[in-house]
Amino acid sequence: MVVFQEPRGQRMNMLATEEQILNVSGLNAKLQNQPILDNINFTVKKGTTLAILGPNGAGKSVLFRVLLNLIPYEGKVEWAEKVKIGYVPQNVAVSDIPISVREFLSIGKSKCDPVAALSLVKLNNKKVLDKRLGVLSGGELRRVLIAWALIDDPSVLLLDEPTTGVDVGSEEPIFLMLNGIKRDRKITILLITHDIHIVQEYSDYLLALNKCVTFFGRSEEIASMATQQAIYGEPICVETLKSEG
Amino acid sequence: MVLEKMALVGDALSHVALPGIAIGYLLNFNPFIGGFAFLFVSAVIIWYVQRITKISFEALVGASFTLALAVGIIIIPEIELVEALFGSIADVVILDAVVAAVISVVAVLLTRVIYKKLVLAMISEDLAISKGIDVAKTNLLYLFLVSIVVAVGIKIVGTLLVGFLVIVPAIAARNLSSNMFRYTLLSAIFGVISAFSGVLLTGYFSDVPPGPLVVFSGIAIFAVTIIIGRIKKITV
Repeated sequence: MVVFQEPRGQRMNMLATEEQILNVSGLNAKLQNQPILDNINFTVKKGTTLAILGPNGAGKSVLFRVLLNLIPYEGKVEWAEKVKIGYVPQNVAVSDIPISVREFLSIGKSKCDPVAALSLVKLNNKKVLDKRLGVLSGGELRRVLIAWALIDDPSVLLLDEPTTGVDVGSEEPIFLMLNGIKRDRKITILLITHDIHIVQEYSDYLLALNKCVTFFGRSEEIASMATQQAIYGEPICVETLKSEG
Repeated sequence: MVLEKMALVGDALSHVALPGIAIGYLLNFNPFIGGFAFLFVSAVIIWYVQRITKISFEALVGASFTLALAVGIIIIPEIELVEALFGSIADVVILDAVVAAVISVVAVLLTRVIYKKLVLAMISEDLAISKGIDVAKTNLLYLFLVSIVVAVGIKIVGTLLVGFLVIVPAIAARNLSSNMFRYTLLSAIFGVISAFSGVLLTGYFSDVPPGPLVVFSGIAIFAVTIIIGRIKKITV
Protein backbone atom coordinates (compact mmCIF):
# COMPACT_ATOMS: atom_id res chain seq x y z
CA MET A 1 0.00 0.00 0.00
CA VAL A 2 1.45 3.31 -1.07
CA VAL A 3 0.38 6.50 0.59
CA PHE A 4 -0.62 8.95 -2.10
CA GLN A 5 1.48 12.07 -2.21
CA GLU A 6 0.33 15.21 -3.97
CA PRO A 7 2.35 15.27 -7.20
CA ARG A 8 4.52 18.23 -7.99
CA GLY A 9 4.68 20.10 -11.27
CA GLN A 10 2.46 22.07 -13.53
CA ARG A 11 -1.05 22.41 -12.21
CA MET A 12 -3.84 21.56 -14.68
CA ASN A 13 -7.16 22.89 -13.50
CA MET A 14 -9.24 22.40 -16.61
CA LEU A 15 -11.51 19.83 -14.96
CA ALA A 16 -11.62 21.63 -11.63
CA THR A 17 -15.18 22.80 -11.95
CA GLU A 18 -16.55 19.76 -13.74
CA GLU A 19 -18.03 16.60 -12.31
CA GLN A 20 -15.53 13.78 -12.34
CA ILE A 21 -16.14 10.08 -12.88
CA LEU A 22 -12.52 9.00 -12.48
CA ASN A 23 -9.52 10.32 -10.62
CA VAL A 24 -6.16 8.64 -11.09
CA SER A 25 -3.22 9.89 -9.08
CA GLY A 26 0.33 8.74 -8.42
CA LEU A 27 -0.34 5.53 -10.34
CA ASN A 28 2.55 3.11 -10.84
CA ALA A 29 2.27 -0.35 -12.34
CA LYS A 30 4.74 -3.08 -13.19
CA LEU A 31 4.57 -6.17 -15.38
CA GLN A 32 7.05 -8.95 -14.59
CA ASN A 33 8.98 -6.49 -12.42
CA GLN A 34 9.38 -4.01 -15.29
CA PRO A 35 7.88 -0.56 -14.64
CA ILE A 36 5.18 0.11 -17.24
CA LEU A 37 3.32 3.07 -15.76
CA ASP A 38 5.15 5.77 -13.83
CA ASN A 39 3.37 8.37 -11.72
CA ILE A 40 0.25 8.67 -13.87
CA ASN A 41 -2.20 11.43 -12.91
CA PHE A 42 -5.38 12.39 -14.71
CA THR A 43 -9.08 12.90 -14.21
CA VAL A 44 -12.08 12.16 -16.40
CA LYS A 45 -15.22 14.23 -16.47
CA LYS A 46 -18.62 12.51 -16.69
CA GLY A 47 -20.08 12.31 -20.18
CA THR A 48 -16.84 13.09 -22.00
CA THR A 49 -14.53 11.06 -24.19
CA LEU A 50 -10.90 10.70 -23.15
CA ALA A 51 -8.59 9.49 -25.89
CA ILE A 52 -5.44 7.69 -24.77
CA LEU A 53 -2.64 7.93 -27.28
CA GLY A 54 0.90 6.61 -27.29
CA PRO A 55 3.40 4.38 -29.07
CA ASN A 56 3.34 0.59 -28.76
CA GLY A 57 4.49 -0.47 -25.30
CA ALA A 58 3.58 2.92 -23.81
CA GLY A 59 1.34 1.27 -21.22
CA LYS A 60 -2.06 2.14 -22.70
CA SER A 61 -3.58 -1.32 -22.40
CA VAL A 62 -1.90 -1.80 -19.00
CA LEU A 63 -3.64 1.39 -17.86
CA PHE A 64 -6.98 -0.16 -18.85
CA ARG A 65 -6.10 -3.34 -16.96
CA VAL A 66 -5.38 -1.21 -13.91
CA LEU A 67 -8.65 0.68 -14.29
CA LEU A 68 -10.47 -2.66 -14.46
CA ASN A 69 -8.57 -3.87 -11.38
CA LEU A 70 -7.11 -6.80 -13.31
CA ILE A 71 -3.51 -6.27 -12.20
CA PRO A 72 -1.87 -4.94 -9.01
CA TYR A 73 -0.78 -1.31 -8.90
CA GLU A 74 0.37 1.43 -6.54
CA GLY A 75 -1.33 4.79 -6.23
CA LYS A 76 -4.96 5.83 -6.40
CA VAL A 77 -7.67 4.89 -8.89
CA GLU A 78 -10.94 6.42 -7.74
CA TRP A 79 -14.11 5.80 -9.69
CA ALA A 80 -17.29 7.72 -8.93
CA GLU A 81 -19.83 5.84 -6.83
CA LYS A 82 -22.04 3.23 -8.51
CA VAL A 83 -20.04 3.38 -11.71
CA LYS A 84 -20.70 0.50 -14.12
CA ILE A 85 -17.91 -0.27 -16.57
CA GLY A 86 -18.30 -1.82 -20.00
CA TYR A 87 -15.07 -3.07 -21.57
CA VAL A 88 -14.15 -3.87 -25.17
CA PRO A 89 -10.71 -5.50 -25.35
CA GLN A 90 -8.46 -5.09 -28.37
CA ASN A 91 -7.84 -8.80 -28.87
CA VAL A 92 -10.48 -11.49 -28.72
CA ALA A 93 -10.09 -15.13 -29.73
CA VAL A 94 -13.19 -15.92 -31.73
CA SER A 95 -11.92 -17.59 -34.88
CA ASP A 96 -11.83 -21.12 -33.41
CA ILE A 97 -14.96 -20.96 -31.28
CA PRO A 98 -18.23 -21.92 -32.97
CA ILE A 99 -20.33 -19.43 -31.05
CA SER A 100 -23.15 -17.47 -32.64
CA VAL A 101 -23.70 -13.74 -32.12
CA ARG A 102 -26.96 -14.55 -30.30
CA GLU A 103 -25.17 -16.91 -27.90
CA PHE A 104 -22.31 -14.47 -27.31
CA LEU A 105 -24.65 -11.61 -26.44
CA SER A 106 -26.27 -13.75 -23.75
CA ILE A 107 -23.00 -14.71 -22.04
CA GLY A 108 -22.41 -13.15 -18.64
CA LYS A 109 -25.48 -10.95 -18.90
CA SER A 110 -28.42 -11.03 -16.54
CA LYS A 111 -30.82 -9.63 -19.11
CA CYS A 112 -30.35 -9.72 -22.83
CA ASP A 113 -32.39 -8.66 -25.83
CA PRO A 114 -29.98 -9.46 -28.66
CA VAL A 115 -32.09 -7.70 -31.30
CA ALA A 116 -32.19 -4.45 -29.29
CA ALA A 117 -28.47 -4.76 -28.54
CA LEU A 118 -27.62 -5.07 -32.21
CA SER A 119 -29.89 -2.25 -33.30
CA LEU A 120 -28.12 -0.01 -30.77
CA VAL A 121 -24.84 -0.54 -32.64
CA LYS A 122 -26.62 -0.22 -35.98
CA LEU A 123 -26.23 -3.82 -37.11
CA ASN A 124 -28.80 -5.67 -39.17
CA ASN A 125 -29.85 -8.36 -36.70
CA LYS A 126 -31.38 -10.59 -39.38
CA LYS A 127 -28.04 -10.64 -41.13
CA VAL A 128 -25.75 -11.34 -38.19
CA LEU A 129 -27.73 -12.71 -35.23
CA ASP A 130 -27.22 -16.38 -36.08
CA LYS A 131 -23.86 -15.97 -37.73
CA ARG A 132 -20.77 -17.45 -36.17
CA LEU A 133 -18.70 -14.78 -34.40
CA GLY A 134 -15.56 -15.92 -36.21
CA VAL A 135 -16.95 -15.24 -39.69
CA LEU A 136 -18.06 -11.64 -39.06
CA SER A 137 -16.22 -8.82 -40.79
CA GLY A 138 -13.87 -6.75 -38.61
CA GLY A 139 -16.42 -3.94 -38.39
CA GLU A 140 -19.30 -6.28 -37.53
CA LEU A 141 -17.25 -8.02 -34.83
CA ARG A 142 -16.28 -4.70 -33.22
CA ARG A 143 -19.92 -3.57 -33.20
CA VAL A 144 -20.99 -6.88 -31.61
CA LEU A 145 -18.32 -6.47 -28.91
CA ILE A 146 -19.54 -2.93 -28.25
CA ALA A 147 -23.14 -4.19 -28.13
CA TRP A 148 -22.09 -6.82 -25.58
CA ALA A 149 -20.42 -4.17 -23.44
CA LEU A 150 -23.54 -1.98 -23.60
CA ILE A 151 -26.10 -4.61 -22.55
CA ASP A 152 -25.67 -3.93 -18.82
CA ASP A 153 -26.19 -0.16 -19.30
CA PRO A 154 -22.67 0.88 -18.28
CA SER A 155 -21.91 4.44 -17.24
CA VAL A 156 -18.36 4.13 -18.63
CA LEU A 157 -17.06 2.38 -21.73
CA LEU A 158 -13.40 1.37 -21.96
CA LEU A 159 -12.54 0.78 -25.62
CA ASP A 160 -9.11 -0.64 -26.41
CA GLU A 161 -8.47 0.29 -30.05
CA PRO A 162 -12.11 -0.27 -31.04
CA THR A 163 -11.35 -0.34 -34.76
CA THR A 164 -8.73 -3.11 -34.67
CA GLY A 165 -9.22 -5.28 -37.76
CA VAL A 166 -11.61 -2.78 -39.33
CA ASP A 167 -10.96 -1.47 -42.84
CA VAL A 168 -10.28 2.26 -43.14
CA GLY A 169 -13.66 3.14 -44.62
CA SER A 170 -15.56 1.45 -41.79
CA GLU A 171 -13.69 3.15 -38.93
CA GLU A 172 -15.40 6.53 -39.08
CA PRO A 173 -18.97 5.11 -38.90
CA ILE A 174 -18.02 3.20 -35.73
CA PHE A 175 -16.83 6.39 -34.03
CA LEU A 176 -19.93 8.26 -35.23
CA MET A 177 -22.06 5.49 -33.73
CA LEU A 178 -20.11 5.70 -30.45
CA ASN A 179 -20.62 9.45 -30.36
CA GLY A 180 -24.36 8.93 -30.76
CA ILE A 181 -24.43 6.34 -27.96
CA LYS A 182 -22.43 8.64 -25.70
CA ARG A 183 -24.85 11.49 -26.35
CA ASP A 184 -28.04 9.43 -25.96
CA ARG A 185 -26.99 7.40 -22.93
CA LYS A 186 -24.82 10.07 -21.31
CA ILE A 187 -21.96 7.65 -20.87
CA THR A 188 -18.27 8.39 -20.48
CA ILE A 189 -15.83 6.89 -22.95
CA LEU A 190 -12.15 6.08 -22.46
CA LEU A 191 -10.65 5.18 -25.77
CA ILE A 192 -7.22 3.88 -26.76
CA THR A 193 -6.23 4.89 -30.27
CA HIS A 194 -3.24 5.54 -32.52
CA ASP A 195 -5.14 7.86 -34.81
CA ILE A 196 -4.73 11.64 -34.37
CA HIS A 197 -7.75 12.27 -36.57
CA ILE A 198 -9.91 10.21 -34.21
CA VAL A 199 -8.51 12.14 -31.24
CA GLN A 200 -9.37 15.47 -32.88
CA GLU A 201 -12.81 14.53 -34.15
CA TYR A 202 -14.22 12.17 -31.55
CA SER A 203 -12.66 12.93 -28.17
CA ASP A 204 -12.87 15.79 -25.71
CA TYR A 205 -9.65 15.20 -23.82
CA LEU A 206 -6.35 13.58 -24.65
CA LEU A 207 -3.99 11.63 -22.41
CA ALA A 208 -0.69 10.89 -24.17
CA LEU A 209 1.32 8.13 -22.56
CA ASN A 210 4.85 6.92 -22.94
CA LYS A 211 5.10 4.99 -19.67
CA CYS A 212 4.53 8.39 -18.03
CA VAL A 213 2.09 11.12 -19.06
CA THR A 214 3.59 13.20 -21.90
CA PHE A 215 0.49 15.28 -22.48
CA PHE A 216 -2.89 15.74 -20.81
CA GLY A 217 -5.28 18.36 -22.02
CA ARG A 218 -8.07 19.19 -24.43
CA SER A 219 -8.01 17.15 -27.61
CA GLU A 220 -8.01 20.13 -29.95
CA GLU A 221 -4.59 21.04 -28.62
CA ILE A 222 -3.17 18.10 -30.55
CA ALA A 223 -3.20 20.34 -33.62
CA SER A 224 -0.43 22.52 -32.15
CA MET A 225 3.19 21.76 -32.96
CA ALA A 226 4.17 22.03 -29.29
CA THR A 227 1.70 19.35 -28.32
CA GLN A 228 2.79 17.04 -31.13
CA GLN A 229 6.40 17.59 -30.08
CA ALA A 230 5.41 16.65 -26.52
CA ILE A 231 3.66 13.49 -27.73
CA TYR A 232 5.94 12.28 -30.48
CA GLY A 233 9.28 13.86 -29.57
CA GLU A 234 11.67 12.73 -26.87
CA PRO A 235 9.34 11.78 -23.99
CA ILE A 236 9.16 14.51 -21.37
CA CYS A 237 6.96 13.53 -18.48
CA VAL A 238 4.45 16.04 -17.22
CA GLU A 239 3.08 15.68 -13.74
CA THR A 240 -0.54 16.60 -13.89
CA LEU A 241 -2.53 17.39 -10.81
CA LYS A 242 -5.96 16.04 -10.12
CA SER A 243 -8.60 18.67 -10.36
CA GLU A 244 -10.18 20.06 -7.24
CA GLY A 245 -13.73 19.90 -8.59
CA MET B 1 -9.78 -28.79 -25.13
CA VAL B 2 -10.09 -28.23 -28.86
CA LEU B 3 -11.52 -24.74 -28.31
CA GLU B 4 -8.90 -23.93 -25.69
CA LYS B 5 -6.29 -24.73 -28.37
CA MET B 6 -5.10 -27.47 -26.05
CA ALA B 7 -6.11 -30.51 -28.11
CA LEU B 8 -2.67 -32.06 -27.85
CA VAL B 9 -2.56 -31.19 -24.17
CA GLY B 10 -5.67 -33.31 -23.66
CA ASP B 11 -4.05 -36.13 -25.58
CA ALA B 12 -0.75 -35.96 -23.72
CA LEU B 13 -2.51 -35.56 -20.36
CA SER B 14 -4.10 -38.97 -20.83
CA HIS B 15 -0.67 -40.65 -20.71
CA VAL B 16 -0.07 -39.15 -17.27
CA ALA B 17 -2.55 -41.73 -15.96
CA LEU B 18 -0.17 -44.61 -16.61
CA PRO B 19 1.71 -44.67 -13.25
CA GLY B 20 -1.63 -44.48 -11.41
CA ILE B 21 -2.94 -47.45 -13.38
CA ALA B 22 0.29 -49.31 -12.61
CA ILE B 23 -0.05 -48.65 -8.87
CA GLY B 24 -3.65 -49.87 -9.06
CA TYR B 25 -2.49 -53.17 -10.57
CA LEU B 26 0.36 -53.55 -8.09
CA LEU B 27 -1.74 -52.78 -5.00
CA ASN B 28 -4.85 -54.61 -6.23
CA PHE B 29 -7.35 -51.78 -6.46
CA ASN B 30 -9.23 -50.52 -9.49
CA PRO B 31 -6.41 -49.25 -11.74
CA PHE B 32 -8.63 -46.59 -13.27
CA ILE B 33 -9.16 -44.94 -9.88
CA GLY B 34 -5.37 -44.75 -9.67
CA GLY B 35 -5.32 -43.40 -13.22
CA PHE B 36 -7.84 -40.69 -12.41
CA ALA B 37 -6.02 -39.72 -9.21
CA PHE B 38 -2.76 -39.33 -11.12
CA LEU B 39 -4.46 -37.41 -13.90
CA PHE B 40 -6.12 -34.95 -11.57
CA VAL B 41 -3.13 -34.42 -9.27
CA SER B 42 -0.90 -33.91 -12.33
CA ALA B 43 -3.43 -31.52 -13.86
CA VAL B 44 -3.52 -29.46 -10.65
CA ILE B 45 0.29 -29.37 -10.44
CA ILE B 46 0.54 -28.36 -14.11
CA TRP B 47 -2.17 -25.71 -13.58
CA TYR B 48 -0.35 -24.30 -10.55
CA VAL B 49 3.14 -24.35 -12.11
CA GLN B 50 1.73 -22.68 -15.25
CA ARG B 51 0.20 -19.92 -13.12
CA ILE B 52 3.41 -19.12 -11.28
CA THR B 53 5.94 -19.66 -14.10
CA LYS B 54 3.85 -18.71 -17.19
CA ILE B 55 5.42 -21.65 -19.04
CA SER B 56 2.95 -22.92 -21.66
CA PHE B 57 0.56 -25.76 -20.81
CA GLU B 58 1.89 -27.68 -23.82
CA ALA B 59 5.47 -27.64 -22.53
CA LEU B 60 4.51 -28.59 -18.97
CA VAL B 61 2.20 -31.39 -20.06
CA GLY B 62 4.88 -32.60 -22.50
CA ALA B 63 7.41 -32.83 -19.68
CA SER B 64 5.06 -34.52 -17.22
CA PHE B 65 3.64 -37.02 -19.71
CA THR B 66 7.06 -38.31 -20.74
CA LEU B 67 8.02 -38.65 -17.07
CA ALA B 68 4.75 -40.46 -16.30
CA LEU B 69 5.19 -42.75 -19.31
CA ALA B 70 8.72 -43.63 -18.20
CA VAL B 71 7.60 -44.35 -14.61
CA GLY B 72 4.53 -46.29 -15.78
CA ILE B 73 6.50 -48.53 -18.14
CA ILE B 74 8.99 -49.39 -15.37
CA ILE B 75 6.44 -50.34 -12.71
CA ILE B 76 3.52 -51.79 -14.65
CA PRO B 77 3.44 -55.57 -15.36
CA GLU B 78 3.83 -56.34 -19.08
CA ILE B 79 0.41 -57.91 -19.74
CA GLU B 80 -1.43 -55.10 -17.97
CA LEU B 81 0.75 -52.58 -19.81
CA VAL B 82 -0.85 -53.57 -23.12
CA GLU B 83 -4.33 -53.22 -21.61
CA ALA B 84 -3.46 -49.86 -20.06
CA LEU B 85 -2.04 -48.53 -23.31
CA PHE B 86 -4.74 -49.84 -25.66
CA GLY B 87 -7.75 -50.44 -23.40
CA SER B 88 -9.99 -53.46 -23.25
CA ILE B 89 -13.63 -52.73 -23.91
CA ALA B 90 -14.37 -56.46 -23.87
CA ASP B 91 -13.48 -56.50 -20.18
CA VAL B 92 -15.89 -53.70 -19.29
CA VAL B 93 -18.41 -55.09 -16.78
CA ILE B 94 -21.85 -53.69 -15.96
CA LEU B 95 -20.51 -51.86 -12.89
CA ASP B 96 -17.88 -50.09 -15.05
CA ALA B 97 -20.63 -49.05 -17.46
CA VAL B 98 -22.83 -47.69 -14.64
CA VAL B 99 -19.91 -45.80 -13.08
CA ALA B 100 -19.02 -44.35 -16.50
CA ALA B 101 -22.62 -43.27 -17.07
CA VAL B 102 -22.87 -41.60 -13.66
CA ILE B 103 -19.53 -39.83 -14.14
CA SER B 104 -20.62 -38.66 -17.59
CA VAL B 105 -23.87 -37.19 -16.23
CA VAL B 106 -21.98 -35.40 -13.43
CA ALA B 107 -19.42 -34.11 -15.94
CA VAL B 108 -22.18 -32.78 -18.23
CA LEU B 109 -23.95 -31.06 -15.31
CA LEU B 110 -20.74 -29.47 -14.02
CA THR B 111 -19.81 -28.36 -17.53
CA ARG B 112 -23.19 -26.69 -17.76
CA VAL B 113 -22.42 -24.73 -14.59
CA ILE B 114 -19.10 -23.34 -15.87
CA TYR B 115 -19.90 -23.35 -19.58
CA LYS B 116 -20.57 -19.63 -20.07
CA LYS B 117 -17.66 -18.60 -17.85
CA LEU B 118 -15.36 -20.92 -19.74
CA VAL B 119 -16.45 -19.65 -23.15
CA LEU B 120 -16.03 -16.02 -22.11
CA ALA B 121 -12.55 -16.77 -20.73
CA MET B 122 -11.65 -18.45 -24.03
CA ILE B 123 -12.74 -15.35 -25.94
CA SER B 124 -10.87 -12.95 -23.64
CA GLU B 125 -9.51 -13.72 -20.20
CA ASP B 126 -9.45 -10.00 -19.32
CA LEU B 127 -13.08 -9.69 -20.31
CA ALA B 128 -14.01 -12.64 -18.10
CA ILE B 129 -12.05 -11.33 -15.09
CA SER B 130 -13.52 -7.86 -15.55
CA LYS B 131 -16.96 -9.50 -15.24
CA GLY B 132 -15.97 -10.97 -11.89
CA ILE B 133 -15.32 -14.49 -13.20
CA ASP B 134 -12.62 -16.37 -11.30
CA VAL B 135 -10.85 -17.71 -14.40
CA ALA B 136 -8.25 -19.66 -12.40
CA LYS B 137 -10.92 -21.57 -10.47
CA THR B 138 -12.96 -22.15 -13.63
CA ASN B 139 -9.89 -23.57 -15.39
CA LEU B 140 -9.19 -25.82 -12.41
CA LEU B 141 -12.70 -27.24 -12.49
CA TYR B 142 -12.34 -27.65 -16.23
CA LEU B 143 -9.10 -29.63 -15.76
CA PHE B 144 -10.88 -31.79 -13.19
CA LEU B 145 -13.60 -32.54 -15.73
CA VAL B 146 -11.07 -33.35 -18.44
CA SER B 147 -9.25 -35.67 -16.02
CA ILE B 148 -12.40 -37.54 -15.07
CA VAL B 149 -13.60 -37.91 -18.66
CA VAL B 150 -10.18 -39.10 -19.83
CA ALA B 151 -10.06 -41.61 -16.94
CA VAL B 152 -13.39 -43.08 -18.08
CA GLY B 153 -12.19 -43.24 -21.70
CA ILE B 154 -8.97 -45.02 -20.75
CA LYS B 155 -10.90 -48.19 -19.87
CA ILE B 156 -12.32 -48.32 -23.39
CA VAL B 157 -9.46 -47.32 -25.68
CA GLY B 158 -6.43 -47.10 -23.36
CA THR B 159 -4.12 -44.24 -22.52
CA LEU B 160 -2.61 -44.06 -26.02
CA LEU B 161 -5.88 -43.74 -27.90
CA VAL B 162 -8.08 -41.89 -25.42
CA GLY B 163 -6.85 -38.57 -26.79
CA PHE B 164 -8.98 -39.47 -29.79
CA LEU B 165 -12.17 -39.25 -27.72
CA VAL B 166 -11.17 -35.80 -26.47
CA ILE B 167 -10.20 -34.39 -29.85
CA VAL B 168 -11.77 -36.04 -32.90
CA PRO B 169 -15.53 -35.85 -32.16
CA ALA B 170 -15.01 -32.19 -31.19
CA ILE B 171 -13.15 -31.19 -34.35
CA ALA B 172 -15.65 -33.11 -36.47
CA ALA B 173 -18.50 -31.21 -34.79
CA ARG B 174 -16.69 -27.91 -35.26
CA ASN B 175 -16.70 -28.45 -39.03
CA LEU B 176 -20.50 -28.39 -39.05
CA SER B 177 -21.35 -25.91 -36.28
CA SER B 178 -22.15 -22.24 -36.29
CA ASN B 179 -23.19 -22.15 -32.65
CA MET B 180 -22.15 -23.70 -29.35
CA PHE B 181 -25.39 -25.65 -28.84
CA ARG B 182 -25.00 -27.49 -32.11
CA TYR B 183 -21.28 -27.94 -31.45
CA THR B 184 -21.72 -29.62 -28.06
CA LEU B 185 -24.62 -31.75 -29.30
CA LEU B 186 -22.75 -32.95 -32.41
CA SER B 187 -19.58 -33.63 -30.38
CA ALA B 188 -21.52 -35.96 -28.10
CA ILE B 189 -23.33 -37.64 -31.01
CA PHE B 190 -20.10 -38.20 -32.98
CA GLY B 191 -18.39 -39.61 -29.87
CA VAL B 192 -21.23 -42.07 -29.29
CA ILE B 193 -21.40 -43.11 -32.99
CA SER B 194 -17.61 -43.66 -33.06
CA ALA B 195 -17.71 -45.84 -29.95
CA PHE B 196 -20.72 -47.90 -31.06
CA SER B 197 -19.61 -48.39 -34.64
CA GLY B 198 -16.09 -49.30 -33.47
CA VAL B 199 -17.49 -52.02 -31.22
CA LEU B 200 -19.89 -53.26 -33.93
CA LEU B 201 -17.00 -53.49 -36.40
CA THR B 202 -15.30 -56.07 -34.18
CA GLY B 203 -17.96 -58.46 -35.49
CA TYR B 204 -16.37 -58.16 -38.94
CA PHE B 205 -12.73 -57.80 -37.84
CA SER B 206 -12.53 -60.21 -34.92
CA ASP B 207 -8.71 -60.14 -34.80
CA VAL B 208 -8.60 -56.39 -34.31
CA PRO B 209 -9.17 -54.94 -30.80
CA PRO B 210 -12.09 -52.47 -30.51
CA GLY B 211 -9.91 -49.48 -29.53
CA PRO B 212 -8.34 -48.91 -32.95
CA LEU B 213 -11.71 -49.58 -34.66
CA VAL B 214 -13.33 -46.86 -32.53
CA VAL B 215 -10.57 -44.51 -33.70
CA PHE B 216 -11.03 -45.48 -37.37
CA SER B 217 -14.78 -44.86 -37.15
CA GLY B 218 -14.22 -41.46 -35.62
CA ILE B 219 -11.66 -40.46 -38.23
CA ALA B 220 -14.10 -41.54 -40.97
CA ILE B 221 -16.77 -39.27 -39.44
CA PHE B 222 -14.25 -36.44 -39.26
CA ALA B 223 -13.36 -36.92 -42.96
CA VAL B 224 -17.04 -36.82 -43.91
CA THR B 225 -17.59 -33.60 -41.92
CA ILE B 226 -14.67 -31.96 -43.73
CA ILE B 227 -16.28 -32.81 -47.09
CA ILE B 228 -19.74 -31.61 -45.96
CA GLY B 229 -18.19 -28.43 -44.55
CA ARG B 230 -16.41 -27.74 -47.85
CA ILE B 231 -19.57 -28.37 -49.88
CA LYS B 232 -21.54 -26.03 -47.61
CA LYS B 233 -18.91 -23.33 -48.00
CA ILE B 234 -18.98 -23.60 -51.78
CA THR B 235 -22.76 -23.66 -52.09
CA VAL B 236 -23.52 -20.83 -49.57
